[in-house]
Amino acid sequence: MNEKISSYPIDGKYGKYGGRFVPEVLMEAITGLEKAYTAAKADPEFQRKLDYYLAEFVGRPTPLYLAENLTRKLGGAKIYLKREDLAHGGAHKINNTLGQALLAKRMGKARVIAETGAGQHGVATAIVCAALGLKGIVYMGTEDCERQRLNVYRMRLLNTEVYPVDSGSKTLKDSINEAFRDWVTNLESTYYLIGSTMGPHPYPMMVRDFQSVIGKEIKQQFKAKTGGLPDALVACVGGGSNAMGTFYPFEDDTEVKLYGVEAAGEGIASGRHSATLAAGSEGVFHGMYTYVLQDKHGQIAETHSVSAGLDYPGVGPEHSFLKTIKRAEYVYADDKEAVDAFLMLCKEEGILPALESSHALAHAIKLAPTMRKDQSIVVTLSGRGDKDVETIAKVTGAKI
Amino acid sequence: MNTIKTVFEKQKQLGYGCLVAYITAGDPTPERTPEIADALIRGGVDILELGLPFSDPIADGPTIQNASLRALKSGTTPKRVLEITGEIKAKHDIPLVIMTYYNPVFKYGTERFLAEAKAVGVDGFIVPDLPVEEAADYLEAAAKAELDTIFLASPATSRERLERIVAASSGFLYLVSRFGVTGAQTDVADATVELIRKVQPFTAGKVALAVGFGISRPEHVRRVVAAGADAAIVGSAFINIVAANQPDMLRELEEAASALKAATKT
Ligand SMILES: Cc1ncc(COP(=O)(O)O)c(C=O)c1O
Repeated sequence: MNEKISSYPIDGKYGKYGGRFVPEVLMEAITGLEKAYTAAKADPEFQRKLDYYLAEFVGRPTPLYLAENLTRKLGGAKIYLKREDLAHGGAHKINNTLGQALLAKRMGKARVIAETGAGQHGVATAIVCAALGLKGIVYMGTEDCERQRLNVYRMRLLNTEVYPVDSGSKTLKDSINEAFRDWVTNLESTYYLIGSTMGPHPYPMMVRDFQSVIGKEIKQQFKAKTGGLPDALVACVGGGSNAMGTFYPFEDDTEVKLYGVEAAGEGIASGRHSATLAAGSEGVFHGMYTYVLQDKHGQIAETHSVSAGLDYPGVGPEHSFLKTIKRAEYVYADDKEAVDAFLMLCKEEGILPALESSHALAHAIKLAPTMRKDQSIVVTLSGRGDKDVETIAKVTGAKI
Repeated sequence: MNTIKTVFEKQKQLGYGCLVAYITAGDPTPERTPEIADALIRGGVDILELGLPFSDPIADGPTIQNASLRALKSGTTPKRVLEITGEIKAKHDIPLVIMTYYNPVFKYGTERFLAEAKAVGVDGFIVPDLPVEEAADYLEAAAKAELDTIFLASPATSRERLERIVAASSGFLYLVSRFGVTGAQTDVADATVELIRKVQPFTAGKVALAVGFGISRPEHVRRVVAAGADAAIVGSAFINIVAANQPDMLRELEEAASALKAATKT
């Protein structure tokens, strides 16, 4: 490999991963999307608009906070938190929905569709649709609608329609299937706003680029504070967008270790988990060649995690690539470790992390004591945990 | 032995277009698929597509989604689909095509699956989520196994890509009639007729042109054949009969096939 790692995708692929495995009717649409995105990226006016909304609407830059209490407690490397929980909407998701919604507007598409599992991407889509005057429609599995009733209501308050999906396992992967079906039916009028670094090219690249604001800010902020680079970056991996956004600006800085943390649910051995890179195998799913959780006949598996946002049987193709070339290390944390990390951050730092982000924290908690005190770890705190307090009460047996 | 090509030629000589039927293998159970195939073939189906069920069929509407779920629940595996295909082929000299999303084939091993399919009498493959741009390995395996590769074209396909798709296609070109997923419709849109007229010059003299998605009634078949299609593909209409699963299901399937076949007369 002669190319810099950051030069991928090359022709839509990250090494052998990625690609465009979609029904014929979508091929022209995704090639058109790639052209439109490339043009927007090169257009200073588009960048100016994006920067304006990121600053004025989303509230960027988000802080890079030294978690002194947690650092002291663990007695090893310094732990910094990249506070995506403080972005408007309470998660990193809006970095991507804002970028893509501006692109949709530029392409003259008035109707925006999206999938959602826990509802975080759905809410982030609803927010930008309302702000930019687009018609938002969000597909959500009936199982998830039931589990995340508040987010369904939130989206409706924001004037987005929520279409319950009753097919298949009635969860995130089925809402993606249904969004694809809507898209092939309403190709002309509709923009499909995918919520993570997944799907056919150019989505994994585009979502990564919009999320890269996370890593760029980390780099600047860390440099301003210390003059150097952090020793390790840690982020949770569902579809992989907050992790890609964190990693990408550091891909060529090979002295910085990258850790992606997947959800091990009730444990890898139990079979009830979402650890695609750790326990999956290569396959073709949702338009991409990547690691997939599947049975021996190539049927996609059902997943489990205490955090709905990590509950996905695929993973962004760039992560499969980084795993294969060993640029990033993929590890996992189970439900219990994530809940413990959640509780620890509440108590030590006065911050409620999302359960998704708690998986990243759980790994940092294991990692810090193995490192020297003059070393530093940056953990991307992808979202805030207010949405998860009912779950925490339930699993810890608390009465509210 | 009949191949896809010879069947198209023969029907043309007789003054007919071809009727291509799609059913999901293993729906409602693997045991019943051969008798469903018998009924359709008795009714006059010229080419049979057997769907290998996949958990996440993004190009399919509710009818085929549910058929896939029923088939998976009843234990239909890729291997079982090959056995079913072999059973049908042993009884009928009719071209059989496997239609499947790419992942089950990839997981089995593309080259191995295609070789085993050939050995049980499969004539060709349709893989709706494998566009020509991603098909190099598959095309190589199909050429080695001497299987037809049936690609899809859609109303959104540009001229440049259409030429590339036709060049990669053998057996027939599967023209998707409209924007949308599979599923029975009440009528054939004027846009579909125009689309067939636009695509036909690209396939003429090269490969047969079959039109599918939404075609469910004899008048639909008449309309697409009159517009210049060499075949009509009917799926959801048959699967709806299977899904209803009435005692006279097989007779209903045979009668439906027979009425649709009669409508292919040119
Ligand atoms: C707070 C939070 N973090 C992480 C994720 C996982 O997504 P990704 O891997 O794309 O960052 C989600 C998804 O809903 C989320 O809401």
